[in-house]
Amino acid sequence: MATAAETAKHAEQEQVRRRWLLSTPALIIIFVAAIGPLFVMLAYSFMAKGDYGDVKFGTFSLDGWTSVLFQRDIFDDTLGLADAHLSILWRSLRLSFYTTVLTLIFGFPTAYFISTRPPHTREIWVFLVTIPFWTNLLIRTFAMQQVIRNEGLVNTALIWLGIIERPLQIMHTDVAILLGMVYVYLPLMVLPLYASMEKLDFRLVEAGYDLYASRLQVLWRIIIPLVKPGIIAGSILVFIPSLGAYVIPRILGGGKNMMLGNLIELQFGSGRNWPLGAAISITLMAMVMVALLVYVRNATRSGAGHG
Amino acid sequence: MARRPFDIRAQPGFGFIALITFFALYLPIAALVAYSFNAAESLSHWEGLSLRWFVSAWQNTAVQDAAIRSLMLAVWAAALATIAATMAALATTRTAPYRGLTFKYAFINQPLMVPEIVTAVALLIVFSRIKVWTGYSGMGYLILAHTAFCIPFAYLPIRARLESMDLTLERAAADLYATPWKAFRHVTLPLLRPAIIAGFMLAFVISLDDVVITEFVKSGGQDTLPTYMLGQLRRETSPEINAIATVFLALSVLLVTVFFFVNRRKP
Repeated sequence: MATAAETAKHAEQEQVRRRWLLSTPALIIIFVAAIGPLFVMLAYSFMAKGDYGDVKFGTFSLDGWTSVLFQRDIFDDTLGLADAHLSILWRSLRLSFYTTVLTLIFGFPTAYFISTRPPHTREIWVFLVTIPFWTNLLIRTFAMQQVIRNEGLVNTALIWLGIIERPLQIMHTDVAILLGMVYVYLPLMVLPLYASMEKLDFRLVEAGYDLYASRLQVLWRIIIPLVKPGIIAGSILVFIPSLGAYVIPRILGGGKNMMLGNLIELQFGSGRNWPLGAAISITLMAMVMVALLVYVRNATRSGAGHG
Repeated sequence: MARRPFDIRAQPGFGFIALITFFALYLPIAALVAYSFNAAESLSHWEGLSLRWFVSAWQNTAVQDAAIRSLMLAVWAAALATIAATMAALATTRTAPYRGLTFKYAFINQPLMVPEIVTAVALLIVFSRIKVWTGYSGMGYLILAHTAFCIPFAYLPIRARLESMDLTLERAAADLYATPWKAFRHVTLPLLRPAIIAGFMLAFVISLDDVVITEFVKSGGQDTLPTYMLGQLRRETSPEINAIATVFLALSVLLVTVFFFVNRRKP
Protein backbone atom coordinates (compact mmCIF):
# COMPACT_ATOMS: atom_id res chain seq x y z
CA MET A 1 0.00 0.00 0.00
CA ALA A 2 2.66 2.41 1.10
CA THR A 3 4.65 1.87 -2.06
CA ALA A 4 1.60 2.41 -4.27
CA ALA A 5 0.90 5.69 -2.55
CA GLU A 6 4.53 6.59 -2.89
CA THR A 7 4.53 5.88 -6.61
CA ALA A 8 1.40 7.95 -7.06
CA LYS A 9 2.98 10.82 -5.17
CA HIS A 10 6.10 10.41 -7.24
CA ALA A 11 4.12 10.51 -10.48
CA GLU A 12 2.36 13.63 -9.28
CA GLN A 13 5.65 15.33 -8.49
CA GLU A 14 6.90 14.32 -11.92
CA GLN A 15 3.77 15.89 -13.42
CA VAL A 16 4.31 19.19 -11.63
CA ARG A 17 7.97 19.19 -12.63
CA ARG A 18 7.04 18.65 -16.26
CA ARG A 19 4.47 21.43 -16.10
CA TRP A 20 7.10 23.83 -14.80
CA LEU A 21 9.47 22.79 -17.56
CA LEU A 22 6.77 23.34 -20.20
CA SER A 23 6.00 26.84 -19.00
CA THR A 24 9.67 27.85 -18.68
CA PRO A 25 10.10 29.42 -22.16
CA ALA A 26 7.09 31.70 -21.75
CA LEU A 27 8.10 32.67 -18.22
CA ILE A 28 11.69 33.40 -19.23
CA ILE A 29 10.73 35.52 -22.24
CA ILE A 30 8.26 37.56 -20.21
CA PHE A 31 10.75 37.94 -17.39
CA VAL A 32 13.55 39.12 -19.67
CA ALA A 33 11.49 41.43 -21.88
CA ALA A 34 8.71 42.66 -19.62
CA ILE A 35 8.94 42.08 -15.88
CA GLY A 36 12.68 42.20 -15.28
CA PRO A 37 13.14 45.59 -16.96
CA LEU A 38 10.50 47.04 -14.62
CA PHE A 39 12.70 46.17 -11.64
CA VAL A 40 15.72 47.68 -13.35
CA MET A 41 13.66 50.80 -13.93
CA LEU A 42 12.69 50.88 -10.26
CA ALA A 43 16.40 50.82 -9.39
CA TYR A 44 17.12 53.56 -11.93
CA SER A 45 14.53 55.82 -10.35
CA PHE A 46 16.74 55.92 -7.23
CA MET A 47 19.96 56.89 -9.04
CA ALA A 48 21.37 60.29 -9.90
CA LYS A 49 20.76 61.44 -13.44
CA GLY A 50 23.59 61.41 -15.94
CA ASP A 51 24.64 64.59 -17.67
CA TYR A 52 23.63 63.40 -21.13
CA GLY A 53 20.71 61.12 -20.31
CA ASP A 54 21.06 57.71 -18.66
CA VAL A 55 22.09 57.62 -14.97
CA LYS A 56 25.25 57.75 -12.91
CA PHE A 57 25.31 54.01 -12.37
CA GLY A 58 25.45 52.85 -8.76
CA THR A 59 24.80 56.25 -7.16
CA PHE A 60 21.85 56.80 -4.86
CA SER A 61 19.58 59.81 -5.13
CA LEU A 62 15.97 60.65 -4.37
CA ASP A 63 15.97 63.52 -6.87
CA GLY A 64 14.02 61.51 -9.44
CA TRP A 65 11.20 60.94 -7.00
CA THR A 66 11.10 64.40 -5.48
CA SER A 67 11.01 66.03 -8.90
CA VAL A 68 7.83 64.12 -9.77
CA LEU A 69 5.95 66.62 -7.65
CA PHE A 70 8.48 69.30 -6.69
CA GLN A 71 11.02 71.46 -8.43
CA ARG A 72 14.02 73.25 -7.01
CA ASP A 73 14.00 76.98 -7.37
CA ILE A 74 17.01 78.02 -9.48
CA PHE A 75 17.73 81.04 -7.30
CA ASP A 76 17.31 80.09 -3.67
CA ASP A 77 17.29 76.27 -4.01
CA THR A 78 13.99 75.86 -2.18
CA LEU A 79 11.48 73.22 -3.19
CA GLY A 80 8.24 74.32 -4.79
CA LEU A 81 5.46 72.34 -6.42
CA ALA A 82 6.19 71.35 -10.02
CA ASP A 83 3.20 73.00 -11.63
CA ALA A 84 3.89 71.61 -15.08
CA HIS A 85 3.91 68.03 -13.83
CA LEU A 86 0.82 68.54 -11.71
CA SER A 87 -1.11 70.01 -14.61
CA ILE A 88 -0.13 67.06 -16.82
CA LEU A 89 -1.15 64.60 -14.11
CA TRP A 90 -4.42 66.45 -13.69
CA ARG A 91 -5.03 66.49 -17.45
CA SER A 92 -4.39 62.72 -17.65
CA LEU A 93 -6.82 61.97 -14.85
CA ARG A 94 -9.44 64.41 -16.09
CA LEU A 95 -9.34 63.32 -19.75
CA SER A 96 -9.35 59.63 -18.78
CA PHE A 97 -12.39 60.23 -16.61
CA TYR A 98 -14.24 62.14 -19.34
CA THR A 99 -13.32 59.43 -21.83
CA THR A 100 -14.78 56.78 -19.54
CA VAL A 101 -18.00 58.74 -19.04
CA LEU A 102 -18.45 59.53 -22.75
CA THR A 103 -17.74 55.97 -23.90
CA LEU A 104 -20.29 54.80 -21.33
CA ILE A 105 -22.91 57.29 -22.55
CA PHE A 106 -22.50 56.10 -26.14
CA GLY A 107 -21.47 52.52 -25.44
CA PHE A 108 -24.33 51.58 -23.13
CA PRO A 109 -27.17 52.19 -25.61
CA THR A 110 -25.07 50.63 -28.36
CA ALA A 111 -24.44 47.45 -26.41
CA TYR A 112 -28.11 47.33 -25.44
CA PHE A 113 -29.11 47.80 -29.06
CA ILE A 114 -26.87 44.92 -30.14
CA SER A 115 -28.08 42.59 -27.41
CA THR A 116 -31.72 43.15 -28.35
CA ARG A 117 -31.19 42.27 -32.03
CA PRO A 118 -32.26 38.83 -33.29
CA PRO A 119 -29.46 36.28 -32.62
CA HIS A 120 -28.29 35.90 -36.21
CA THR A 121 -27.84 39.63 -36.86
CA ARG A 122 -26.32 40.21 -33.41
CA GLU A 123 -23.05 38.60 -34.51
CA ILE A 124 -22.77 41.03 -37.40
CA TRP A 125 -23.21 44.07 -35.14
CA VAL A 126 -20.58 42.68 -32.77
CA PHE A 127 -18.30 42.12 -35.74
CA LEU A 128 -18.81 45.77 -36.75
CA VAL A 129 -17.56 46.83 -33.31
CA THR A 130 -14.68 44.37 -33.43
CA ILE A 131 -13.22 45.60 -36.72
CA PRO A 132 -12.22 49.06 -35.46
CA PHE A 133 -11.03 47.39 -32.25
CA TRP A 134 -8.49 45.30 -34.14
CA THR A 135 -7.46 48.10 -36.45
CA ASN A 136 -4.14 49.71 -35.71
CA LEU A 137 -4.44 52.35 -32.99
CA LEU A 138 -2.13 54.68 -34.89
CA ILE A 139 -4.31 54.44 -37.98
CA ARG A 140 -7.48 55.12 -36.00
CA THR A 141 -5.87 58.14 -34.37
CA PHE A 142 -4.77 59.34 -37.78
CA ALA A 143 -8.31 58.73 -39.06
CA MET A 144 -9.67 60.95 -36.28
CA GLN A 145 -7.20 63.61 -37.37
CA GLN A 146 -8.78 63.53 -40.84
CA VAL A 147 -12.11 64.44 -39.27
CA ILE A 148 -11.07 67.24 -36.94
CA ARG A 149 -8.10 68.94 -38.63
CA ASN A 150 -8.57 72.43 -39.99
CA GLU A 151 -9.26 71.28 -43.55
CA GLY A 152 -10.91 68.10 -42.29
CA LEU A 153 -14.38 66.70 -42.57
CA VAL A 154 -16.05 68.61 -39.74
CA ASN A 155 -14.63 72.01 -40.61
CA THR A 156 -15.25 71.60 -44.34
CA ALA A 157 -18.84 70.62 -43.67
CA LEU A 158 -19.45 73.48 -41.22
CA ILE A 159 -17.95 76.07 -43.56
CA TRP A 160 -19.89 74.68 -46.51
CA LEU A 161 -23.08 74.93 -44.48
CA GLY A 162 -22.22 78.50 -43.66
CA ILE A 163 -22.27 77.92 -39.90
CA ILE A 164 -18.70 79.13 -39.41
CA GLU A 165 -16.41 81.24 -41.54
CA ARG A 166 -13.02 80.18 -40.35
CA PRO A 167 -12.14 76.60 -39.38
CA LEU A 168 -12.47 75.69 -35.72
CA GLN A 169 -9.12 74.90 -34.18
CA ILE A 170 -9.80 71.46 -32.73
CA MET A 171 -6.41 69.87 -33.36
CA HIS A 172 -3.79 70.39 -30.64
CA THR A 173 -6.37 70.93 -27.92
CA ASP A 174 -7.57 68.78 -25.04
CA VAL A 175 -10.84 68.32 -26.94
CA ALA A 176 -8.94 66.69 -29.79
CA ILE A 177 -7.28 64.24 -27.37
CA LEU A 178 -10.63 63.51 -25.77
CA LEU A 179 -12.34 62.87 -29.11
CA GLY A 180 -9.48 60.62 -30.16
CA MET A 181 -9.56 58.60 -26.95
CA VAL A 182 -13.34 58.21 -27.01
CA TYR A 183 -13.16 57.07 -30.60
CA VAL A 184 -10.28 54.65 -30.07
CA TYR A 185 -11.44 53.13 -26.78
CA LEU A 186 -15.18 52.90 -27.47
CA PRO A 187 -15.06 49.20 -28.49
CA LEU A 188 -13.41 48.43 -25.13
CA MET A 189 -16.57 49.73 -23.47
CA VAL A 190 -19.11 48.17 -25.83
CA LEU A 191 -17.71 44.62 -25.83
CA PRO A 192 -17.80 43.89 -22.05
CA LEU A 193 -21.14 45.70 -21.74
CA TYR A 194 -22.54 43.54 -24.48
CA ALA A 195 -21.15 40.41 -22.81
CA SER A 196 -23.13 41.12 -19.66
CA MET A 197 -26.27 42.37 -21.44
CA GLU A 198 -26.42 39.26 -23.56
CA LYS A 199 -27.15 37.30 -20.41
CA LEU A 200 -29.85 39.72 -19.28
CA ASP A 201 -33.02 37.92 -18.21
CA PHE A 202 -35.86 39.85 -19.83
CA ARG A 203 -38.43 38.10 -17.65
CA LEU A 204 -37.26 40.44 -14.90
CA VAL A 205 -37.88 43.41 -17.19
CA GLU A 206 -41.32 42.06 -17.98
CA ALA A 207 -42.04 41.64 -14.29
CA GLY A 208 -41.08 45.30 -13.83
CA TYR A 209 -43.60 46.41 -16.46
CA ASP A 210 -46.26 44.15 -14.93
CA LEU A 211 -45.74 46.11 -11.73
CA TYR A 212 -46.38 49.37 -13.63
CA ALA A 213 -42.78 50.54 -13.85
CA SER A 214 -42.04 53.16 -16.50
CA ARG A 215 -39.34 52.67 -19.14
CA LEU A 216 -36.97 54.82 -17.15
CA GLN A 217 -37.65 52.97 -13.91
CA VAL A 218 -37.03 49.64 -15.62
CA LEU A 219 -33.76 50.92 -17.03
CA TRP A 220 -32.61 52.49 -13.79
CA ARG A 221 -33.78 49.91 -11.27
CA ILE A 222 -33.64 46.62 -13.20
CA ILE A 223 -31.35 46.73 -16.26
CA ILE A 224 -28.51 48.88 -14.91
CA PRO A 225 -28.14 46.98 -11.61
CA LEU A 226 -28.14 43.67 -13.52
CA VAL A 227 -25.40 44.71 -15.95
CA LYS A 228 -23.32 46.55 -13.35
CA PRO A 229 -20.38 44.09 -13.64
CA GLY A 230 -20.22 44.92 -17.36
CA ILE A 231 -20.34 48.65 -16.65
CA ILE A 232 -17.46 48.37 -14.19
CA ALA A 233 -15.43 46.09 -16.47
CA GLY A 234 -15.91 48.42 -19.44
CA SER A 235 -15.07 51.52 -17.39
CA ILE A 236 -11.83 50.02 -16.09
CA LEU A 237 -10.89 48.72 -19.53
CA VAL A 238 -11.30 52.23 -20.94
CA PHE A 239 -9.83 54.14 -18.00
CA ILE A 240 -6.57 52.16 -17.81
CA PRO A 241 -5.33 52.62 -21.40
CA SER A 242 -6.57 56.23 -21.36
CA LEU A 243 -4.38 56.97 -18.38
CA GLY A 244 -1.35 55.51 -20.14
CA ALA A 245 -2.18 56.99 -23.56
CA TYR A 246 0.85 58.07 -25.53
CA VAL A 247 0.18 57.94 -29.27
CA ILE A 248 -3.17 59.76 -29.19
CA PRO A 249 -2.02 62.86 -27.25
CA ARG A 250 1.20 62.93 -29.24
CA ILE A 251 -0.61 63.12 -32.58
CA LEU A 252 -3.79 64.99 -31.69
CA GLY A 253 -2.53 67.06 -28.76
CA GLY A 254 0.52 68.43 -30.47
CA GLY A 255 3.59 69.18 -28.37
CA LYS A 256 1.93 71.28 -25.69
CA ASN A 257 -1.00 69.22 -24.48
CA MET A 258 0.91 66.39 -22.90
CA MET A 259 -0.38 63.46 -20.91
CA LEU A 260 1.64 61.28 -18.54
CA GLY A 261 2.86 59.02 -21.35
CA ASN A 262 4.31 62.01 -23.20
CA LEU A 263 5.87 63.41 -20.04
CA ILE A 264 7.64 60.08 -19.57
CA GLU A 265 8.91 60.12 -23.15
CA LEU A 266 10.13 63.66 -22.70
CA GLN A 267 12.35 62.66 -19.75
CA PHE A 268 13.98 59.92 -21.81
CA GLY A 269 14.34 62.23 -24.80
CA SER A 270 15.23 65.89 -24.68
CA GLY A 271 14.54 66.13 -20.92
CA ARG A 272 17.53 63.86 -20.25
CA ASN A 273 16.22 62.96 -16.82
CA TRP A 274 15.95 59.18 -16.74
CA PRO A 275 15.44 58.85 -12.97
CA LEU A 276 12.49 61.24 -13.15
CA GLY A 277 11.10 59.40 -16.18
CA ALA A 278 11.45 56.11 -14.30
CA ALA A 279 9.74 57.54 -11.23
CA ILE A 280 6.79 58.88 -13.28
CA SER A 281 6.51 55.52 -15.05
CA ILE A 282 6.28 53.73 -11.73
CA THR A 283 3.72 56.25 -10.49
CA LEU A 284 1.62 55.62 -13.61
CA MET A 285 1.95 51.87 -13.14
CA ALA A 286 0.86 52.15 -9.53
CA MET A 287 -2.24 54.13 -10.55
CA VAL A 288 -3.10 51.44 -13.09
CA MET A 289 -2.57 48.71 -10.50
CA VAL A 290 -5.03 50.41 -8.14
CA ALA A 291 -7.63 50.52 -10.92
CA LEU A 292 -6.98 46.85 -11.69
CA LEU A 293 -7.36 45.89 -8.04
CA VAL A 294 -10.76 47.57 -7.95
CA TYR A 295 -11.66 45.59 -11.04
CA VAL A 296 -10.43 42.24 -9.71
CA ARG A 297 -12.18 42.72 -6.38
CA ASN A 298 -15.38 43.60 -8.17
CA ALA A 299 -15.07 40.67 -10.57
CA THR A 300 -14.53 38.11 -7.81
CA ARG A 301 -17.37 39.54 -5.76
CA SER A 302 -19.89 39.45 -8.60
CA GLY A 303 -18.59 36.02 -9.62
CA ALA A 304 -19.21 34.73 -6.11
CA GLY A 305 -22.69 36.24 -6.19
CA HIS A 306 -23.63 34.26 -9.30
CA GLY A 307 -21.98 31.04 -8.22
CA MET B 1 -56.66 49.49 -36.04
CA ALA B 2 -53.93 47.16 -34.87
CA ARG B 3 -52.07 48.50 -31.89
CA ARG B 4 -48.33 48.10 -31.96
CA PRO B 5 -47.50 45.44 -29.35
CA PHE B 6 -45.67 46.68 -26.30
CA ASP B 7 -41.99 45.76 -26.77
CA ILE B 8 -40.43 45.12 -23.39
CA ARG B 9 -36.93 45.27 -24.88
CA ALA B 10 -37.26 48.74 -26.34
CA GLN B 11 -35.70 51.76 -24.65
CA PRO B 12 -36.47 55.14 -26.21
CA GLY B 13 -33.56 56.70 -28.08
CA PHE B 14 -31.18 53.77 -27.63
CA GLY B 15 -31.42 52.64 -31.23
CA PHE B 16 -30.75 56.21 -32.36
CA ILE B 17 -27.65 56.58 -30.17
CA ALA B 18 -26.43 53.15 -31.33
CA LEU B 19 -26.73 54.18 -34.97
CA ILE B 20 -24.85 57.41 -34.25
CA THR B 21 -22.15 55.35 -32.58
CA PHE B 22 -21.77 53.01 -35.52
CA PHE B 23 -21.72 55.97 -37.86
CA ALA B 24 -19.03 57.66 -35.74
CA LEU B 25 -16.97 54.45 -35.64
CA TYR B 26 -16.77 54.25 -39.39
CA LEU B 27 -16.81 57.92 -40.48
CA PRO B 28 -13.13 58.63 -39.64
CA ILE B 29 -12.00 55.43 -41.32
CA ALA B 30 -14.05 56.32 -44.39
CA ALA B 31 -12.50 59.80 -44.44
CA LEU B 32 -9.01 58.34 -44.19
CA VAL B 33 -9.65 55.97 -47.09
CA ALA B 34 -11.33 58.65 -49.19
CA TYR B 35 -8.40 61.06 -48.82
CA SER B 36 -5.97 58.34 -49.91
CA PHE B 37 -7.58 58.44 -53.36
CA ASN B 38 -7.22 62.22 -53.54
CA ALA B 39 -5.30 63.42 -56.59
CA ALA B 40 -4.22 66.68 -54.93
CA GLU B 41 -0.69 67.43 -53.80
CA SER B 42 -1.72 67.98 -50.18
CA LEU B 43 -4.56 67.00 -47.87
CA SER B 44 -6.04 70.48 -47.88
CA HIS B 45 -8.34 70.11 -50.86
CA TRP B 46 -9.89 67.55 -53.18
CA GLU B 47 -8.91 67.22 -56.84
CA GLY B 48 -10.62 64.06 -57.93
CA LEU B 49 -9.85 60.36 -57.79
CA SER B 50 -6.37 59.05 -58.33
CA LEU B 51 -4.16 56.14 -57.40
CA ARG B 52 -1.00 58.25 -57.51
CA TRP B 53 -0.37 58.07 -53.75
CA PHE B 54 -0.61 54.30 -53.74
CA VAL B 55 1.92 54.19 -56.55
CA SER B 56 4.24 56.63 -54.83
CA ALA B 57 4.01 54.71 -51.54
CA TRP B 58 4.67 51.45 -53.37
CA GLN B 59 7.81 52.91 -54.97
CA ASN B 60 9.09 54.53 -51.78
CA THR B 61 12.02 52.41 -50.66
CA ALA B 62 11.68 53.52 -47.03
CA VAL B 63 8.12 52.27 -47.03
CA GLN B 64 9.13 49.00 -48.69
CA ASP B 65 11.85 48.43 -46.09
CA ALA B 66 9.52 49.23 -43.21
CA ALA B 67 6.77 46.99 -44.57
CA ILE B 68 9.09 44.02 -45.02
CA ARG B 69 10.61 44.58 -41.59
CA SER B 70 7.13 44.76 -40.02
CA LEU B 71 6.07 41.50 -41.62
CA MET B 72 9.29 39.67 -40.72
CA LEU B 73 9.09 40.87 -37.16
CA ALA B 74 5.43 39.88 -36.84
CA VAL B 75 6.06 36.41 -38.28
CA TRP B 76 8.99 35.76 -35.92
CA ALA B 77 7.35 37.19 -32.83
CA ALA B 78 4.02 35.48 -33.49
CA ALA B 79 5.67 32.12 -34.18
CA LEU B 80 7.85 32.23 -31.06
CA ALA B 81 5.00 33.54 -28.92
CA THR B 82 2.63 30.84 -30.18
CA ILE B 83 5.11 28.06 -29.41
CA ALA B 84 5.82 29.40 -25.92
CA ALA B 85 2.11 30.05 -25.30
CA THR B 86 1.07 26.58 -26.43
CA MET B 87 3.57 24.99 -24.06
CA ALA B 88 2.48 27.28 -21.24
CA ALA B 89 -1.19 26.54 -21.93
CA LEU B 90 -0.53 22.79 -21.79
CA ALA B 91 1.22 23.35 -18.48
CA THR B 92 -1.53 25.43 -16.90
CA THR B 93 -4.77 23.69 -17.92
CA ARG B 94 -6.50 20.41 -17.18
CA THR B 95 -4.87 20.00 -13.82
CA ALA B 96 -5.72 20.19 -10.18
CA PRO B 97 -4.42 23.51 -8.83
CA TYR B 98 -0.76 23.16 -7.94
CA ARG B 99 1.68 25.45 -6.23
CA GLY B 100 2.64 28.27 -8.52
CA LEU B 101 -0.31 27.99 -10.91
CA THR B 102 -1.79 31.37 -9.99
CA PHE B 103 1.71 32.82 -10.15
CA LYS B 104 2.03 31.53 -13.71
CA TYR B 105 -1.29 33.06 -14.75
CA ALA B 106 -0.27 36.42 -13.34
CA PHE B 107 3.16 36.18 -14.93
CA ILE B 108 1.87 35.27 -18.39
CA ASN B 109 -0.77 38.00 -18.38
CA GLN B 110 1.53 40.65 -16.93
CA PRO B 111 2.26 42.37 -20.28
CA LEU B 112 -1.47 43.15 -20.53
CA MET B 113 -1.53 44.93 -17.20
CA VAL B 114 1.28 47.45 -17.53
CA PRO B 115 0.81 50.54 -19.72
CA GLU B 116 2.75 50.12 -22.95
CA ILE B 117 4.73 53.32 -22.48
CA VAL B 118 6.03 52.04 -19.13
CA THR B 119 7.21 48.74 -20.59
CA ALA B 120 8.67 50.66 -23.52
CA VAL B 121 10.91 52.94 -21.43
CA ALA B 122 11.89 50.06 -19.12
CA LEU B 123 13.03 48.13 -22.19
CA LEU B 124 14.85 51.21 -23.46
CA ILE B 125 16.78 51.40 -20.20
CA VAL B 126 17.81 47.74 -20.23
CA PHE B 127 18.38 47.25 -23.93
CA SER B 128 20.35 50.47 -24.44
CA ARG B 129 22.82 49.25 -21.81
CA ILE B 130 23.00 45.76 -23.31
CA LYS B 131 23.54 47.31 -26.73
CA VAL B 132 26.57 49.18 -25.37
CA TRP B 133 27.94 46.14 -23.56
CA THR B 134 27.57 43.64 -26.38
CA GLY B 135 27.82 45.89 -29.41
CA TYR B 136 24.89 43.97 -30.92
CA SER B 137 22.05 46.15 -32.10
CA GLY B 138 20.18 43.89 -34.51
CA MET B 139 16.54 42.86 -34.76
CA GLY B 140 16.88 40.43 -31.83
CA TYR B 141 15.75 43.05 -29.32
CA LEU B 142 12.58 43.84 -31.25
CA ILE B 143 11.79 40.16 -31.76
CA LEU B 144 12.27 39.46 -28.06
CA ALA B 145 10.17 42.44 -26.94
CA HIS B 146 7.37 41.63 -29.40
CA THR B 147 7.38 37.95 -28.45
CA ALA B 148 6.91 38.89 -24.78
CA PHE B 149 3.82 41.04 -25.29
CA CYS B 150 2.38 38.64 -27.89
CA ILE B 151 2.45 35.65 -25.52
CA PRO B 152 -0.70 36.57 -23.53
CA PHE B 153 -2.66 37.07 -26.75
CA ALA B 154 -1.57 33.75 -28.22
CA TYR B 155 -2.17 32.07 -24.86
CA LEU B 156 -5.80 33.22 -24.63
CA PRO B 157 -7.50 31.11 -27.34
CA ILE B 158 -5.22 28.10 -26.80
CA ARG B 159 -5.98 27.98 -23.09
CA ALA B 160 -9.71 28.42 -23.78
CA ARG B 161 -9.69 25.49 -26.20
CA LEU B 162 -7.70 23.23 -23.88
CA GLU B 163 -10.07 23.94 -21.03
CA SER B 164 -12.98 22.70 -23.10
CA MET B 165 -11.15 19.44 -23.90
CA ASP B 166 -10.96 16.63 -21.35
CA LEU B 167 -8.16 14.11 -21.06
CA THR B 168 -10.20 11.11 -22.26
CA LEU B 169 -8.65 10.90 -25.71
CA GLU B 170 -5.09 11.32 -24.44
CA ARG B 171 -5.74 8.61 -21.84
CA ALA B 172 -7.11 6.35 -24.55
CA ALA B 173 -3.96 6.94 -26.57
CA ALA B 174 -1.83 6.13 -23.53
CA ASP B 175 -3.81 2.93 -23.00
CA LEU B 176 -2.89 1.96 -26.54
CA TYR B 177 0.79 2.36 -25.65
CA ALA B 178 1.34 5.77 -27.26
CA THR B 179 4.28 7.60 -25.73
CA PRO B 180 3.40 11.03 -24.30
CA TRP B 181 4.99 12.66 -27.34
CA LYS B 182 3.03 10.48 -29.77
CA ALA B 183 -0.20 11.15 -27.91
CA PHE B 184 0.50 14.87 -28.12
CA ARG B 185 1.52 14.73 -31.77
CA HIS B 186 -1.39 12.62 -33.00
CA VAL B 187 -4.19 13.47 -30.57
CA THR B 188 -3.75 16.77 -28.73
CA LEU B 189 -2.12 18.79 -31.47
CA PRO B 190 -4.71 18.10 -34.21
CA LEU B 191 -7.51 18.96 -31.77
CA LEU B 192 -5.71 22.12 -30.77
CA ARG B 193 -4.84 23.27 -34.28
CA PRO B 194 -7.69 25.82 -34.76
CA ALA B 195 -6.85 27.47 -31.44
CA ILE B 196 -3.15 27.56 -32.28
CA ILE B 197 -3.93 29.20 -35.62
CA ALA B 198 -6.20 31.70 -33.87
CA GLY B 199 -3.50 32.43 -31.30
CA PHE B 200 -0.90 32.92 -34.01
CA MET B 201 -3.15 35.33 -35.90
CA LEU B 202 -3.92 37.36 -32.78
CA ALA B 203 -0.23 37.57 -31.95
CA PHE B 204 0.56 38.49 -35.56
CA VAL B 205 -1.92 41.37 -35.61
CA ILE B 206 -0.77 42.60 -32.19
CA SER B 207 2.87 42.62 -33.29
CA LEU B 208 2.06 44.26 -36.62
CA ASP B 209 0.12 47.04 -34.86
CA ASP B 210 2.61 47.84 -32.16
CA VAL B 211 4.06 51.31 -32.26
CA VAL B 212 5.01 52.38 -28.72
CA ILE B 213 7.34 49.56 -27.67
CA THR B 214 8.89 49.38 -31.14
CA GLU B 215 9.54 53.12 -31.12
CA PHE B 216 11.61 52.87 -27.94
CA VAL B 217 13.37 49.56 -28.59
CA LYS B 218 14.39 49.97 -32.23
CA SER B 219 17.90 51.00 -33.16
CA GLY B 220 18.61 53.43 -35.99
CA GLY B 221 17.32 52.29 -39.37
CA GLN B 222 14.92 49.74 -37.88
CA ASP B 223 11.66 51.50 -38.64
CA THR B 224 8.59 49.31 -38.90
CA LEU B 225 5.56 50.53 -40.83
CA PRO B 226 3.83 51.99 -37.74
CA THR B 227 6.96 53.80 -36.47
CA TYR B 228 7.63 55.08 -40.00
CA MET B 229 4.10 56.47 -40.11
CA LEU B 230 4.47 58.00 -36.66
CA GLY B 231 7.65 59.72 -37.78
CA GLN B 232 5.94 61.04 -40.92
CA LEU B 233 2.96 62.31 -38.98
CA ARG B 234 5.24 64.61 -37.06
CA ARG B 235 6.16 66.35 -40.28
CA GLU B 236 3.94 67.81 -42.97
CA THR B 237 1.70 64.89 -43.85
CA SER B 238 1.36 63.95 -47.48
CA PRO B 239 -1.53 61.84 -48.79
CA GLU B 240 1.03 59.05 -49.17
CA ILE B 241 0.50 58.30 -45.48
CA ASN B 242 -3.20 57.89 -46.18
CA ALA B 243 -2.41 55.40 -48.92
CA ILE B 244 -0.16 53.38 -46.60
CA ALA B 245 -2.77 53.52 -43.84
CA THR B 246 -5.48 52.37 -46.23
CA VAL B 247 -3.49 49.33 -47.31
CA PHE B 248 -2.63 48.57 -43.69
CA LEU B 249 -6.28 48.92 -42.77
CA ALA B 250 -7.36 46.57 -45.55
CA LEU B 251 -4.87 44.00 -44.31
CA SER B 252 -6.15 44.25 -40.72
CA VAL B 253 -9.78 43.97 -41.80
CA LEU B 254 -8.91 40.95 -43.90
CA LEU B 255 -7.15 39.24 -40.98
CA VAL B 256 -9.98 40.01 -38.56
CA THR B 257 -12.57 38.75 -41.02
CA VAL B 258 -10.70 35.50 -41.56
CA PHE B 259 -10.29 35.15 -37.79
CA PHE B 260 -14.00 35.78 -37.29
CA PHE B 261 -15.04 33.08 -39.74
CA VAL B 262 -12.44 30.56 -38.59
CA ASN B 263 -13.70 30.99 -35.04
CA ARG B 264 -17.34 30.80 -36.05
CA ARG B 265 -16.94 27.50 -37.82
CA LYS B 266 -16.04 25.62 -34.68
CA PRO B 267 -18.95 23.86 -32.97
